[in-house]
Amino acid sequence: MTNNIITLVALPLGMAFFIPMIGRKLRWVPDLLGNITTFALLVLAGGCFQQQAVYNLGGWPAPLGIVLVLDGLSSLLLLIVNLISFMATLFSVQYLEKLYTSKLRYYSLFLLMVAGMNGAVLTGDFFNLFVFLEIASIASYALVGFGCEAEELEASFKYLVIGSVASTFILFGVALFYSQFATLNMADIAFHLKQSGFDQISIVASVLILVGFFVKAALVPFHAWLPDAHPSAPAPISAMLSGVLIKAIGIYPLARLAYNIFGITPLLISVLTSLGIISMMIGVLMALAQWDFKRLLAYHSISQMGYVILGLGLGTPLGILGGLFHLFNHSLFKSLLFLDSGSVEYETGTRQLEKLGQLAKKMPVTSTSTLIASLSISGIPPFNGFWSKLVIIMACLQASRPGLALWAVLGSILTLASFSKIQRYIFLGQGQEFDLEAAKQWHEVPLLMRIPLLVLATLCLFGGIFLIGGLQGPIGSGVQALVENSTVYISKVLGR
Amino acid sequence: MIYALCFILFLIGLYGVTCKKNIVKIILGMVIMEYAVNLFLILSGWRKGGQPPIIDSQTNMETFVSRAVDPLPQALVLTSIVIGLGILSLMVAIAIRLYERYGTFDITEMRRLKG
Repeated sequence: MTNNIITLVALPLGMAFFIPMIGRKLRWVPDLLGNITTFALLVLAGGCFQQQAVYNLGGWPAPLGIVLVLDGLSSLLLLIVNLISFMATLFSVQYLEKLYTSKLRYYSLFLLMVAGMNGAVLTGDFFNLFVFLEIASIASYALVGFGCEAEELEASFKYLVIGSVASTFILFGVALFYSQFATLNMADIAFHLKQSGFDQISIVASVLILVGFFVKAALVPFHAWLPDAHPSAPAPISAMLSGVLIKAIGIYPLARLAYNIFGITPLLISVLTSLGIISMMIGVLMALAQWDFKRLLAYHSISQMGYVILGLGLGTPLGILGGLFHLFNHSLFKSLLFLDSGSVEYETGTRQLEKLGQLAKKMPVTSTSTLIASLSISGIPPFNGFWSKLVIIMACLQASRPGLALWAVLGSILTLASFSKIQRYIFLGQGQEFDLEAAKQWHEVPLLMRIPLLVLATLCLFGGIFLIGGLQGPIGSGVQALVENSTVYISKVLGR
Repeated sequence: MIYALCFILFLIGLYGVTCKKNIVKIILGMVIMEYAVNLFLILSGWRKGGQPPIIDSQTNMETFVSRAVDPLPQALVLTSIVIGLGILSLMVAIAIRLYERYGTFDITEMRRLKG
């Protein structure tokens, strides 16, 4: 399984162009092929889980050619990306039928995005990382504006401009590194940085690259695009964007760079933890004031990314474990919440909390899964969000930073408050503009949309078991990949 | 010196993106930024009086190594120009659609999303 990890990139990339070629005549072909592809990717990613491999593209050895590196961290990210993308394509079949046209272009862009994310997670080459990042980003810009309404285009343009400025920053940083060390291989750059230390050009280059990825990960104060872009996309795409895109091309490269390439320093630790706290608090406070279902969820993405960066930024194994586990959990419950918002929109045609109400009786599956996801994200035991937040808070205390732990608890309480607003207005009570006549038509969504909701809700309910084993457990190998210092990463890729 | 000029060009582009109100000017700023980076990349492989990095049967390897320019940045620049083209065309397409919806290129009048 591990000696053909290139399939994880090549399959979606090929299918992205194959589907529009043959799917023009038959309406069911894009659905079928899209789902088969993402399912095959999920199986492949499952086979790669916890494996180690280095793949030389075109047979050129490491410092000269492009390498794909599979280790504990990238295999964890691969599993998350492909699991959520399978759930999202399953959900898309019926959802797009009613609300959107042109499934061909949708699946084509979707698979391009998946190819970009799989590539970005696997690659061990700086310029290749930039290329995959741009593939995923350009597909996501187009998908955000997929409905072609005024708001969607506006959000897409905003996202496009901010995103490409960030990409240009990253490219500039990569160019500076190349001019300094005459290499693009990440492990080779780490080797040179270790030998010669940071001079002025390397500092400028690493700051440019880090800022670029801060924008891609939507950390406050670089978050302005996210609350517009994520709600404007079709619901399965919102689930992909919030669930995995900001992690695969934002958080993952940050973690990889901070630990394996640059090496974690006290300065970097304080930058990451303070960005984490700011994102966590501002995100949740902005979320409290929202009346649009998906916009509220988008602000929560910022807030939860704050938790992940806080955990990763602590620099201790326990903190990284909490951060990675929260990243895994967030992808489950946030994509579940976005899919739920999609099924609410599918039935009722609106996302405004004021106009909705009493859906608990009419849509039992949707409301139960939303309840489970809301409890997970607010950190109520025994759901998965509780365990990861607990680990992060314990890590803060262990690193003797009780102030950070206090902020994390406070953020969690405010999250609970804003999700009780969703339960109150959408499912149990009703909003002020609730229309009883229109509500009589509402009922549960079709079976194909219910399956992903149920699967993700079950995973949220029992997600805590993945923590068993701690640093030796399923998440632990990802932690291992980060905490072992850059020498191990260098020797793994370059063999020196 | 010439690298500093590249950086100034980059900053001009950044100024265009961040401070201008007109969508077309924002797009131009974006393009200037990309070109500044491309210029920087190609300059990093340049050497004075260099020869093209092509090896044939008559090539003397010693003079080749001491005189040839670095071919890798040229490959990188080609890739990044193509990516830039993709972004530019998407940006222009969205700008045209936005003009159809709003009847203006002024971003201060596109304010349906807030909060």
